[in-house]
Amino acid sequence: MPRRKGAPEVNAGSMADIAFLLLIFFLVTTTIETDAGLDRMLPPMEPPDEDVIIKQKNIFTVNINKNGQLLVEDDLMDLKDLRTAAIGFLENGADGSCNYCKGKKDPASSDNPSKAIISLKNDRDTKYSIYITVQNELVGAYNELRNREAQRLYNRDFTEMESEYLNPETASNVRDELKDKVKNIQDMFPQKLSEAETSTN
Amino acid sequence: MAKFAKKKDGDLPAVSTASLPDIVFMLLFFFMTVTTMKDSSLLVENTLPNATEIKKLEKKDRVIYIYIGKPTQEYAKVFGTEPKIQLNDKFANVDEVGSYILAERAKKPPELQNVLTTALKVDKNANMGLIADIKQELRKVNALKVNYTTYDGDAFNNLK
Repeated sequence: MPRRKGAPEVNAGSMADIAFLLLIFFLVTTTIETDAGLDRMLPPMEPPDEDVIIKQKNIFTVNINKNGQLLVEDDLMDLKDLRTAAIGFLENGADGSCNYCKGKKDPASSDNPSKAIISLKNDRDTKYSIYITVQNELVGAYNELRNREAQRLYNRDFTEMESEYLNPETASNVRDELKDKVKNIQDMFPQKLSEAETSTN
Repeated sequence: MAKFAKKKDGDLPAVSTASLPDIVFMLLFFFMTVTTMKDSSLLVENTLPNATEIKKLEKKDRVIYIYIGKPTQEYAKVFGTEPKIQLNDKFANVDEVGSYILAERAKKPPELQNVLTTALKVDKNANMGLIADIKQELRKVNALKVNYTTYDGDAFNNLK
C-alpha cells in the first residue's frame, strides 16, 4: 500500500480568474458620487412672534427676473459684479462699530455686518442654473470676507478651517480648537441670506 | 564542468504569474471599498450646475435625495417634457414631497432624525417655480437643512 503524502495541494491557478470576475463586477457597479453642493437653511414655517423692524438701508435686495437679469438695489447689474457689490454692502459699517470692516462707511448702506441682510427674490420662471450662480456669488462674498478675517487672525482660510471642522475624520481635540475659531469668524460676518417666496409675475 | 552547462540561447524564462492574484485582489479591495451601490436609477435628466463655494456632504446616511429635471427620452412620451420630481424610483407630485420626507425620516435611527439634510439634485434647466414649491413643502415638514447639489466648477459656466 503506497503511503499517502497528506492532502494534495489545491490548484490555485484559477484564483486570478475568480478575482478578476469580482473585480469587473465592482468596476461596473461603481459610481463615485458627486455629493457636494451649496448648504442652505430654509426659514421655519412659523413667523417670529414679534415683527422685527429692519431699516431699508440694511437690506441688499437682489431680484432675478425670468430672463436671468439681475436687479440689485433697484439697478440693473451684471452677474460678474454681484460679488464685489455684495462685499461692499456687507462690510460697509456705516455706524463705525465694526473695527475690522474696510468698507466705505457710506451712510446710505448697511450699518454693521451683523445687521446686513441680503434678500434674494426670484421669478417662478427663473432658470435654476442662474439661481445657483447668484447663490454661489453671494455665498462667495461671505466666504471672501470670512477668509480675509481668518487669514488676519489665524493665518489660514476660513473655508479650509470649516471643512476640517466638519470632516468627521478630524481628531476631536483639533475639532474643539477649530470650533471656537470657526464660530468667531462666523459671528464677525453672520450669513443672513433671506429668500422671499417667489413672485408669480 | 557539466554542472554548469550553458543554457541554450533564446528561451526566455517564463514570467511568474504567482503574484497576479495578489495584484488583482488589491484592485478588487480598492473598488469594493469605494463602491456605493446606486439605490435608484434616474428617470429624469440630471445635469447639475456648477458652483465654487461648495461644501461636501459628509455621511451618506444623513441625506435624503430629491431629483428634479425633465423626464428622460423614454419617459418623455408619457410624462411630457416639463420638469418633474423623482422620489426614489418613481415620479411624484409636489404634494407628495412632504410625506416622502416624513417617511424617509421615520426610517432613520432616532438620533439622526434631527440632523438630516435634504439634497436637491436639480437639473440646470429646471425653473425655480417647482423648486419654490418644493421648498415650501420642505418647510411644512420642518426639513429646513437643504443642500443644492452641484458639480465643482466655475459658476459662470452655468450661463452658457
